[in-house]
Amino acid sequence: MNEYIYPIVFGVIVGTLSRLYMFRTDYRQYPSYPHGMVIHIALGFIASALGTVAVPSIMEQEFTAITFLTLAASQFRDVRNMERTTLQEMDKLELVPRGSSYIEGIAMTFEGRNYLVIFISFVTTLTFLALNFWWSVLVALIAFLIARKYMSGNQLGDISEIKQSKIHFDGAGLYVDDIYIMNIGIPERQKEIMEHGLGFIVKPKNANARSTIANLGQRQAILHDVSIALGVYRDSGNPALVPLIKRDLDDGRIGVFILPQEKDPERAVTVISKVPILENALRMPTESESNQKGRGA
Amino acid sequence: MKLEKLILATITTDASRVQSGQNVFVCNTTEEGDAVAAELEAILDGIAHKLSNDVYIIVKH
Repeated sequence: MNEYIYPIVFGVIVGTLSRLYMFRTDYRQYPSYPHGMVIHIALGFIASALGTVAVPSIMEQEFTAITFLTLAASQFRDVRNMERTTLQEMDKLELVPRGSSYIEGIAMTFEGRNYLVIFISFVTTLTFLALNFWWSVLVALIAFLIARKYMSGNQLGDISEIKQSKIHFDGAGLYVDDIYIMNIGIPERQKEIMEHGLGFIVKPKNANARSTIANLGQRQAILHDVSIALGVYRDSGNPALVPLIKRDLDDGRIGVFILPQEKDPERAVTVISKVPILENALRMPTESESNQKGRGA
Repeated sequence: MKLEKLILATITTDASRVQSGQNVFVCNTTEEGDAVAAELEAILDGIAHKLSNDVYIIVKH
């Protein structure tokens, strides 16, 4: 036993707990329970150990020991690759795929959360050693709050208005409001679509939102989330029944056409407004210098 | 080269509208055309699109 044991144990516990706290197995069903969880808890434990032991090694003036943090970085980059590969393989077998932007976002989150764990363990152990136990408890709590704040991003409902809209056929063309979706030839299919389909119009609140919801990855994420939450009226070998999103080129609204198993428009609106804004889809044209000038004038 | 979309079959009730090409199915009535299009859609895993009242194409997406 030496003076570092308690701070290290405490730092590792806090780090691992923070990783657990960051888990939310929700409708996305990812990471899967229980084995996917075990992998990530184990990695979280490793991350917290790395963050923790960095502090005593600095105090013992073993500065070269810090280089193992680079090892950690490459380790967690592998986590991102692992998640990406798994999800891409799984995506091939989904009725409504996630799309690569969504997958990349999830993979990035997994990598990022491990670094957060390293950071939390590091500051907790540091305050334990520099001040005392009670201060480190306080710091751990603050770190939890910060992690919580940065963990959740914006949702579609924050940047746009979502309204239900009628679907109708004009000849063989399927429309949501006035946005053309696709050509459905067979009358029988048209009947099925009128019976089971729902249409929504997502109207962007500003220019940034307009570019963001135009992103194909973001649109696929909407379709995937709705299909997970409400089920999907479709099967392999029935390609005509496909949920789709098309864009109105004039004003940037998007027409969402879905085929839910449970036809519940209100819940669908809630689900659509809760779709996360993908980091990869986020666009901010108003931040561009050319636009700044225009706004300042 | 990977083809993203491909016309797999054409169904028509008016043979003069489809001058050439493979896999052309000429039907006598519109109802027959609907039925053949529905069958082919299921078999070929494509989507039946209506170009005009006489012509369906089955497209692989």
